[in-house]
Amino acid sequence: MAAPFELTDDSVVVIIGTGAGGGVLANELAQRGVSVVALEAGGRYFPEDYINDEWESFGQLAWLDTRTTSGDWRVAKDFSGLPAWIVKAVGGTTIHWAGASLRFQDHEWKAATTYGPVQGANLLDWPIDAAEMAPWYDLAETKLGVTRTGDRAGLPGNNNYLVFEKGAKALGYTEVHTGRMAINSADYDDRLACQQTGFCFQGCKWGAKWSAAYTDIPRGEATGNLEVRERCHAASVLHNDAGKVTGVEYFDAEGNLQFQAARAVCVAGNSFESPRLLLNSASSMFPDGLANSSGQVGRNYMRHMTGSVYGVFDKPVRMWRGTTMAGIIQDEARHDPSRGFVGGYELETLALGLPFMAAFLDPGGWGREFTTALDMYENMAGMWIVGEDMPQETNRVTLNHDVKDQYGLPVPNVHFSDHPNDVAMRNHAYARGKAVYEAVGATRTFPTPPYPSTHNLGTNRMSENPRDGVVNKWGQTHDIANLFVSDGSVFTTGAAENPTLTIVALAIRQADHIAGEISRGNL
Amino acid sequence: MTALKARGTMTRRELLSRSAAAGAAFVVGTGWVAGSNAAWAMEVAHLKPETMATLIQMARDIYPHDHVPTEFYAVAVKGYDAEDKAAAVEAGIAALDAAAQGKGHAGYLAMGWERDRVDVLRGMEDSAFFQTIRGGLVTGLYNQKAVWPLFGYEGESFSQGGYIDRGFNDINWL
Repeated sequence: MAAPFELTDDSVVVIIGTGAGGGVLANELAQRGVSVVALEAGGRYFPEDYINDEWESFGQLAWLDTRTTSGDWRVAKDFSGLPAWIVKAVGGTTIHWAGASLRFQDHEWKAATTYGPVQGANLLDWPIDAAEMAPWYDLAETKLGVTRTGDRAGLPGNNNYLVFEKGAKALGYTEVHTGRMAINSADYDDRLACQQTGFCFQGCKWGAKWSAAYTDIPRGEATGNLEVRERCHAASVLHNDAGKVTGVEYFDAEGNLQFQAARAVCVAGNSFESPRLLLNSASSMFPDGLANSSGQVGRNYMRHMTGSVYGVFDKPVRMWRGTTMAGIIQDEARHDPSRGFVGGYELETLALGLPFMAAFLDPGGWGREFTTALDMYENMAGMWIVGEDMPQETNRVTLNHDVKDQYGLPVPNVHFSDHPNDVAMRNHAYARGKAVYEAVGATRTFPTPPYPSTHNLGTNRMSENPRDGVVNKWGQTHDIANLFVSDGSVFTTGAAENPTLTIVALAIRQADHIAGEISRGNL
Repeated sequence: MTALKARGTMTRRELLSRSAAAGAAFVVGTGWVAGSNAAWAMEVAHLKPETMATLIQMARDIYPHDHVPTEFYAVAVKGYDAEDKAAAVEAGIAALDAAAQGKGHAGYLAMGWERDRVDVLRGMEDSAFFQTIRGGLVTGLYNQKAVWPLFGYEGESFSQGGYIDRGFNDINWL
């Protein structure tokens, strides 16, 4: 274990958050000899602690601090205090994630150029491209052990996949397989092969799914260069008169306010907490919040165009058995405006247990229309839709000064409304998902509305021009040279793919850059 | 579940000899409510037994599953028999009965057809009382481990080594 660093030690890099961005960055910096203090708001849980029971696990892992919502998305009505289903723990949402690990398609790095003007959308090209990211994706896939990359085999298909695959092929889809998953199809990197247990979202009790909680973080700590401080909630990032950040004020596990000095600060608290922290760090020099000269901090919140389709059959499926999301149709991921929208979407297998199915199939629903669906639970198959949504300036995270958290800090308000492109894409996907199941004989299908967000992106977006976004191509803020953002909030656009692999690839790349800048004496 | 007595602790004759019918599905006595099939009985300390019987019927009418015995609904709403909740529940059920009376019935439990009871519920769907009861049932009913097998749901499998050798891909009708 690392020896603790002194609070006054300003040679350390402070990272806020230990998920796919912060957790990977912490290890990658530690491996390169950089001293790191990582502040994590949650506690530490290992596979033996994970609970294979949906609501109990939710109580153990979910981020349940107060948040508020607005906008016309249905989540604001049905789950008004829970805009996102993400994790508060060492390792962050890499405990909960499904493991789907897809590279962006090449054109998705250049959405503004590829799609052209879309009214009401704040589209922008990323300042990086597919060629630049390819080697970092290679490293990320090796780290995560992604199936169907390198020489790693795919996972076997479970019952839910076999129904999905048969329907997909009947419709003529050709890019259909059990996914590129950060879930071992054979033992890899000291982690077991998948035992088809289900409950991928509740933390993998076999450790077959990659999570920073039991890979990157303990490996970083083993170098002696990384100290993780659990149950420490960042309150604000401080700066000096020269406009450089000097460290982070945080509430420790006992609720006492502490200050950790830093050479540089990397914010990786996810797309709600990262902009919230920058906004809560406003000062007389930066009255609109840190790194916010563009006014873009908190804006362009994206959550992917999502939804689910469940189908009922006349015979059992038992979709909950086995890997939760090892199944994909990629044929609709292309950009093909003839479908009536720009961008594309993936269809991925998904199963919920009975308790979550009751909560999420049709939130607020009741009576026999609802219960006759659940009566057929054993005969259900399920899929999730994940597609590119349009960045909109008005979809944003702001501080709600009327509501304070347990530390007395203003909570984030999350405002979201669908763009017409999102609605058109979702309706297309609902129809295709229904067709997949009807091709296998479904007697009833359900176009299920989006759940609280699991993919939270874009609120500190990356831009070439400082006017258009918050950070540059390295995740370094345009305004403050020693302040970085290291999570999915840097996404310029969302692409159609599950974001974790890209967050990890960007974190490895950023670690290489920061370590280089330190060794060159620039940081 | 402790307040729910298992089938067989009371005979149907004993039950009926000490009670009054509350609708067709329930019998009530001083401080208790039971299924008229004597399959279960529940003590009530803070609610009127008739109120609890109506609440259980309301729960079944909100989430009707014909293969799920009423005792699971009783368990789901048992928590409303509490000092700090009783007044609101009594008022809510009184409103339910008043709405039934407005449609020419003696009360909610006196309506023999589910569709008539559902009509009453639709009329109060937006009330805080209805939404509290409905929202509570989502976990109160469907998160009972004992109810899962009735839907075929198997719960955790880690303790049995997952499904890798137990049918994760055993579908045979495709």
